[in-house]
Amino acid sequence: MSHTFTLDGKTIPFEDGQTIIQAAIAAGVFIPHLCYHPDFKPHGSCKLCTVKVNGRHTASCTMRAMAGMVVESETAELNAERRALTQMLFVEGNHFCPSCEQSGNCQLQATAYHLGMMSPHYDHFFPNRAVDASHPDVLLDFNRCILCSLCVRASRDVDGKNVFGLSGRGIGTHLIVNAKSGQLADTDFSLSDKAAQVCPVGVILKKRRGFAVPIGERTYDKAPISETANGN
Amino acid sequence: MKKKLKVATTSLAGCFGCHMSFLDIDERLFTLLEHIEFDRSPLTDIKTCSPDCDIGLIEGGLCNAENIHVLREFRKNCKILIAMGACAINGGLPAQRNHLPLTTILEEVYHTSPGLANGMIPNDPELPLPLNQVHPIHEVVKIDYFMPGCPPSADAIWKVLTDLLAGKEPELGHGLMHYD
Repeated sequence: MSHTFTLDGKTIPFEDGQTIIQAAIAAGVFIPHLCYHPDFKPHGSCKLCTVKVNGRHTASCTMRAMAGMVVESETAELNAERRALTQMLFVEGNHFCPSCEQSGNCQLQATAYHLGMMSPHYDHFFPNRAVDASHPDVLLDFNRCILCSLCVRASRDVDGKNVFGLSGRGIGTHLIVNAKSGQLADTDFSLSDKAAQVCPVGVILKKRRGFAVPIGERTYDKAPISETANGN
Repeated sequence: MKKKLKVATTSLAGCFGCHMSFLDIDERLFTLLEHIEFDRSPLTDIKTCSPDCDIGLIEGGLCNAENIHVLREFRKNCKILIAMGACAINGGLPAQRNHLPLTTILEEVYHTSPGLANGMIPNDPELPLPLNQVHPIHEVVKIDYFMPGCPPSADAIWKVLTDLLAGKEPELGHGLMHYD
């Protein structure tokens, strides 16, 4: 049986078991998100998809839709909070878009555009993070990791390989490679893995393919993220 | 006739690419010059800001003591200060030295690189001292508006300036807003 809730005043139908963001995407309504991906179990960590349900903050990727809910998403307050979260992601890592292969196809960048992020606002951490170029086909640039855990979930749940993991706690959390050496070359990771396709930023990069698509023709050059299918 | 707005510009730890992009507004410069006059700028070669500048455009981040001195002079003399381009906003390319100790960089550049026998680290009192890290300008003074891009396109620069001249909040929509 189908039910409905309202999202910014618009009636959204949903099926039993659907989360708010699933129902919104099915109805063609964009809610900003980074760690959510329709193919995987929600992680609920980036908090960008936070909405207000009956006046209370909750992550729309983990909250099941219920009949009669009153959900707010595109409000100045929520977008200001999303912008602040995005700015924190930018200053915690090293996000130098001009020299990044993923620029123009990057969900973090496109989301920042969507939210009108004109500056990083906060003081930069400028962390020192090594890159891992050990694998013959794939480069890992940890400078850009936003800890969305999509590669972790893809490798564990789809590829059955458990190549990636999040280690440490709090501000010390970081992405690691599951090998004694810590090097990607010492795992059975391959370019055909689902985990090689899901990075929303520029951490997992196919070698010898850099800047293949010219500026002006990349995913988010053509349309903003809010108008791109599912925002993924 | 309405008084022309005074615009000052400078490039700190930048490559002058943003200034080149500014010049890419081409013949629109003539229209712009009906409304503004340039004060301190590499375009005029005026070396200090008048105390009554209306708009300051800052290209580049802060990599040495002189950059900070210039930035503070702009803040003191400009009513509106704009960070122009990626380096002013997040340090950009020069900031990619930030994870390395300054001593290591100077040693490598002036001592240990091949072909640098008897090299010495420049130490002339005329030279501004480098900072340990390159910083975005908003970490030192208040910035009123940000114009991202490497460089911001001529159209983006035009949009921001004409919005300001029209007394509006500058706004860059899809296509003009980019970080690369």
